[in-house]
Amino acid sequence: MPQELTDAKGRPVVAVTGMGLVTPLGRGVADNWDALTRGRSGLKTVSRFPPDGLRTRVAGTVDFMGPSPYSAYGLSLAMAEAVGEGLLAQAGLDAESGFPGPLFVVTPPSEPEWPQLRALFDAAPATSPETYDDLIEAVRTADHRFADMLPGLVNAAMPDALAERFGTKGCPVSVCTACASGASAIQLAVEAIRRGETQAALAIASDGTVHPEGMVRFSLLSALSTHNEPPEKASRPFARDRNGFVIAEGAAAFVLESWEAAQARGARVLGVVRGCGEKADDYHRTRSRPDGSAIIGAIAHALEDAGIAPDAIDYINAHGTGTPENDKMEYLSLHAVFGDAIHQVPISSNKSMIGHTLLAAGGVEAAFSLMTIATGIMPPTINYDEPDPAIPLDVVPNEARQGEVRMVLSNSFGFGGQNVCLVLSAEPEI
Amino acid sequence: MTGEREEVWITGLGLVSSVGEGGEAHLAHLARGGPPVLDEERFAPYPVHPLPEIDFSRQIPKRGDLRQMEAWQRIGTYAAGLALEDAGIKGEEALLSRTGLIVAAGSGERDTRTDQMVLEAIAGESAGADDSDSEGGGAAKAILPNEILPSELRPTLFLAQLSNLLAGNISIVHKVTGSSRTFMGEEMAGVAAAEIALKRIGHGQDRIILVGGACNGEREDMLLIFELGHNLLRGAFAPVWERQGAHSGFVMGSQGAFLVLEARSHAEARGAKPYARLSGVTSGRCRRAGEGEAAQSAREQFARLARETRDLAPGPLPVLSGASGTRDATREERAFLEDLGRENFDLAVRAFGSALGHGVEAHFPMGLALAALLTREGAFPPPLDESGMERPLSGAPERILVTGFGHWRGEGLALVEPAM
Repeated sequence: MPQELTDAKGRPVVAVTGMGLVTPLGRGVADNWDALTRGRSGLKTVSRFPPDGLRTRVAGTVDFMGPSPYSAYGLSLAMAEAVGEGLLAQAGLDAESGFPGPLFVVTPPSEPEWPQLRALFDAAPATSPETYDDLIEAVRTADHRFADMLPGLVNAAMPDALAERFGTKGCPVSVCTACASGASAIQLAVEAIRRGETQAALAIASDGTVHPEGMVRFSLLSALSTHNEPPEKASRPFARDRNGFVIAEGAAAFVLESWEAAQARGARVLGVVRGCGEKADDYHRTRSRPDGSAIIGAIAHALEDAGIAPDAIDYINAHGTGTPENDKMEYLSLHAVFGDAIHQVPISSNKSMIGHTLLAAGGVEAAFSLMTIATGIMPPTINYDEPDPAIPLDVVPNEARQGEVRMVLSNSFGFGGQNVCLVLSAEPEI
Repeated sequence: MTGEREEVWITGLGLVSSVGEGGEAHLAHLARGGPPVLDEERFAPYPVHPLPEIDFSRQIPKRGDLRQMEAWQRIGTYAAGLALEDAGIKGEEALLSRTGLIVAAGSGERDTRTDQMVLEAIAGESAGADDSDSEGGGAAKAILPNEILPSELRPTLFLAQLSNLLAGNISIVHKVTGSSRTFMGEEMAGVAAAEIALKRIGHGQDRIILVGGACNGEREDMLLIFELGHNLLRGAFAPVWERQGAHSGFVMGSQGAFLVLEARSHAEARGAKPYARLSGVTSGRCRRAGEGEAAQSAREQFARLARETRDLAPGPLPVLSGASGTRDATREERAFLEDLGRENFDLAVRAFGSALGHGVEAHFPMGLALAALLTREGAFPPPLDESGMERPLSGAPERILVTGFGHWRGEGLALVEPAM
């Protein structure tokens, strides 16, 4: 392999040659990028179900696609299919024999949804008191009447449907690292290509779980913004009066391949994944170690994996959820790695506009990071009306900014101590 | 690239199941040839292999940690602790901070009592509502979860529902923090966990990884999901190969199985003794549209495994089969194994699910762990049933094939050999 096509560690350089995106702002990379760089919010008062009685009534729902009535499984699958659609053509790959590599995929965990539980309850024998046994009996005696519920309740089902749809090779690998999952899927694909197992891999992350129980759960953890009015002002990353994130839906897909293979085919390269880093936190289920050591570790590992010093980073796509805790810890950790120089590095949170797309966020934000590299536009952090004096970052407040950006750090952190960082860059110059 | 790969050793095991905890208990049970530990009453008509009494505080000392976990997380965190202890690295914080973690997990546990409460409230509301006003009734029904869930759903239970929170608990309790990845997809999650750990270590992307999974087989919400696909054995217990026709399906088994996988040079440098070498793991997927398709997929995996390990010549081949007992998948696995028999592999098959039940995500790690245990022990257990499918093996196993057919999708294989 010619020297230029491997990185400093002698591994194949991994390029992105195809990219798909759905967020509350719309479908497709172009539409999303246009809205995002204009500072438009995709957040609305929930209309999918009556949010009465909930402390948080705003969310970033994807209402323009998916089945009716809504199901988390149906919407997540529809978005995953939408972002993967046309990627083979975009990457210039032969679609005849399907995608020439493995699938790394993120889908919401399977669980019974309330309309399903109600259907089972209604079919159950009337005993007093009714028990879960009755639901099981309804299923046992129902022959195949409830078979249409099955895909949503088998974790392998959505990955399998996507493997079938896009013709990926081998058994799909389904990963969950909570809100870092999208970045983990990319990382798994990069590692497989670096090992030389495959020249190409497809990474897809999708999450369409804005339903009452989903909102109640995060609300119970005091994680959600309660700035309900106006909804477009609900997500306020890095601002002094931020009080939580806004749950949202979205999906992203990437064709990743060895840069050598991409060049040999003359494919258009959208960017390069230079490095991936991770570090688990051992402090608390929903909070990070107060010294930030796990986040610091993930950032440092990503830089080290990319073979760069902090000063090579031109822009940071923040995890920036807008919870008091996250934004404070993200700043503290970045400061530990970059020193005071961090105050000069532009950093913005896409979540100010699209909300937190949860399992998909790492993917969605990697796509926006690559667009920043391609266009030189740094999307803004909107709703930044009142800076938090404790977080003196250049958050690209309220309006997008133009500048040369060759190297981006994209942060993803999740409950359960998950921290994954990606370093994305422009195509290396030969 | 094959020649450059580093050998991967299994240097620690953590096992929990209905037959007890630790390697000795499992070896002794298998050597005795059963009988399986069953509870046939509690979830009738479904038998389950229940977890024995376990003092979780021995691996999870903080009560606060225990309170934050549901059963599947306790089982897994406990088994993970046993594996670290067994590998001699428990409490070695510097080493643990660069030890990787890969967990195979399913969906977390639901609070069935809360579900029931909401459903009953909805039913009560419907009974009182005017049926003609279906739209209004629908809205009222939709709001009920909003009213009930906030007061009934405990934050800890929500955390028990997050699939990656077994890994999160292992990081918190045992300080394993080099990395943390949770794979999903029922049985194939366990295969992917082992396969990716092996590749990462083999290619120098990692040096030491804790791999495994856990299953609480005594859960109504899980029985509901698996019964939806009519996957569960009903009525009288029968060993895996004796399950036939309508009397097919799996028997849930509470299990935790964790392995410490380690680069040979890393293990040698710290003077760790291996149980065995994990020589290869392969996986595949097919549509299972027709009879023979999954068997063919497994044959392809076997050919790949032979290429990758360069060590699968005909001769004696002990097999730890992860066959679940579901009709179609088990029929396919039987066809695959019978084919191997015709190719002059002298098979000694043991479907360990007959003894321990089906552990879903934990099942393949359990198979690997048992293979490692038996390899070091230098003995293979007697047949677990009288179907004729399982024949005795005399002498020490010189290699063990581990199979993992997903009950719905995926075919995985692994080869475990003595570490030289």
